[in-house]
Amino acid sequence: MIGVVGKLGRRRLEYEVVKRLVGPLLTEVESARARVKSFRKRGHQPKGPFGPPLESARKLKELMTRHYLEGRYADGAVPVAWVTSGFPVEVLRPLGFHAVYPENHAALCAVQRVVPHLSEAIEQQGYSRDLCSYPRADLGSVVLQETPVGRLPRPDLLCCCTNICQTTLYWYRALAAHFHVPLVLVDPPFVYGEAKPHHREYVRDQLEELLDVAGKVAGRRATMDEIVEVTRLAREGTLLWGECLAESRNRPAPWTGIDGFFHIAPIVALRGKPECNAYYRQLRDELRHRVDKGIGGIRDERHRLLWDNLPIWFDVRGTATLLAERGFNFVCTSYTNAWAEAGSRIDPADPLGSAVIAYTDIILNQDLGKRYATLARLAEEYTCDGAVLHSDRSCKPYSIGQLDLKQRLAKDLGIKVMVLEADHGDPRAYAVEQGHGRLTAFMESFA
Amino acid sequence: MANEPVAIGVDVGSTTCKVVVIDGDGAILDHRVEPTHPRIEQQTTRLIGELSATLGRALPVGATGYGRQRVFGATRVLTEITCHARGAFCRVGRAAVLVDMGGQDTKIIRVGDDGAVGDFAMNDKCAAGTGRFLEVILGRLQVPFDEVWLHVSRADHGIAVSSTCTVFAESEVISLVAEGQELDGILRGLHESLAKRVASLAGALPPDASVVMSGGVALNAAMVRALSSALRREVRVLPEPQLVGALGAALSVR
Repeated sequence: MIGVVGKLGRRRLEYEVVKRLVGPLLTEVESARARVKSFRKRGHQPKGPFGPPLESARKLKELMTRHYLEGRYADGAVPVAWVTSGFPVEVLRPLGFHAVYPENHAALCAVQRVVPHLSEAIEQQGYSRDLCSYPRADLGSVVLQETPVGRLPRPDLLCCCTNICQTTLYWYRALAAHFHVPLVLVDPPFVYGEAKPHHREYVRDQLEELLDVAGKVAGRRATMDEIVEVTRLAREGTLLWGECLAESRNRPAPWTGIDGFFHIAPIVALRGKPECNAYYRQLRDELRHRVDKGIGGIRDERHRLLWDNLPIWFDVRGTATLLAERGFNFVCTSYTNAWAEAGSRIDPADPLGSAVIAYTDIILNQDLGKRYATLARLAEEYTCDGAVLHSDRSCKPYSIGQLDLKQRLAKDLGIKVMVLEADHGDPRAYAVEQGHGRLTAFMESFA
Repeated sequence: MANEPVAIGVDVGSTTCKVVVIDGDGAILDHRVEPTHPRIEQQTTRLIGELSATLGRALPVGATGYGRQRVFGATRVLTEITCHARGAFCRVGRAAVLVDMGGQDTKIIRVGDDGAVGDFAMNDKCAAGTGRFLEVILGRLQVPFDEVWLHVSRADHGIAVSSTCTVFAESEVISLVAEGQELDGILRGLHESLAKRVASLAGALPPDASVVMSGGVALNAAMVRALSSALRREVRVLPEPQLVGALGAALSVR
């Protein structure tokens, strides 16, 4: 017993040292290096089609680096939960859980272009290449014990919410079988029109159960005051994120939709934490400053596009550059917007009741009519003259119905719309040359 | 100005490289067609040089096709979708739905009243439904291209070839041959299967939409007939269909 307590104590000590000393110290060193680099480059105008880089990008890197660094020392020190992106994490935060987001991690793997390597490991065990590249990357990472972030902490609890897709359930079941830890499921019914009272009751019952399970794993139950405070922070964070996105309603948009894909990381992985909100406050202020100064995300914004679905993570920069060189910018994306939509629905006065609504009424859990309404509203609010619907081989729920959406958007709004077939994580499922050729032809049609 | 050469268009396709010289009205005065060489820069420079030498002067060059970035000295570089639309519009002079079946991909392009691209759809990245698909299967059956029509026209009915994946279809055709099925029927079925795939790519066409065809596959009369049947309307093959992309490229620098 003493040995276990001693081991736990040592892990906790390591975790706290990393969190309170090493992380901030590394951040300071990195920040100082960046300042020196920036000083050396003073007066130097960046080349290429993009506007000046966002100052906040450095802060984003620091924030996420610290998050993953802390994660390396989290297991054995604090309870660890692996959580799907659309999971009501507000329930876990008060209990001191370190939340790992496998989707966020898989996206990082995709940006680093290591998905094929990780995926092959799991394909050899019989997993189909037709599965979403996120679970393939993460399960491959677990099997190989390889990750670009150094190390992911072993989970004590797996938290799956199927409001984004059903694949998550099977993915998390595989994780549960591997780690031999409890899996808690929140399963909001798919919403046609409006969620019915019995739907909400059903989800609420699951949240109550989640409180019990999470409390048992953490060793104590969260108080309502604690949940209210985290809910308040989560609401504030999502609203701040929404304000950042809304700055792109200006012409020129002060950043690119591609920037948005990267700056989404804190609202996914750190939602409900003060540092998340501090970051978005800084980003919003910087974007407002750029708007005031007329600084655009790209130098010569001539056309404004809407992007639907996840990004092509491994070709984000290539796609953005191809477009920016011709004066096209993705000024809004349904994906980044999804993380801002929930903000208005979360209510600290009724944390669980509002969480039921916020986590049930999300874009991927709604019928096609609502998805169309969201896209049409975004296209109008951000004055888009075109839209690219990414038919994502990995994300069928997001891609289904896009041909109908394309026709309706083109007909109702009079904008040009194209469907681009690609994949969010696996470069083996995307022919870059053909994809870029189609995007180029699409842009030529604006002439 | 008629008969006065004004521009050169180069279309570097996956199978063939096409170069045309046009006059101010878009008439093709001279052209070259060769199998695409891996060293695209050298091939296109040589072809442009030959035509320029014949003309006695250099002309502006428009480039298109998958190898368009490798055409040295091109005044303008555009995708084949835009160029095929421009070339087709020059030929028909009104809105149309263009089916371009090339070596690497098949495109359905809705050309507007002004000749601009209204919308387009293309096959997925695999070779299903492309000229390359036909090339592979005809090669396996040892049927020369110019004999295809003869075989297909002799068949009473098509023997269904359900797969349009080049690899699977090749296996399927081998099985049909092994079963003793008639070559003529297999070839007809193959074309019908391909045409259905193109028709599904085209989606629902307005009843009055006229359909025109470009690309090397348009030279295959069996494919044109199968496509007309699948789309339930006449498919008009543009003059010199293989050169339509190069024509569009030349028009862009006219």
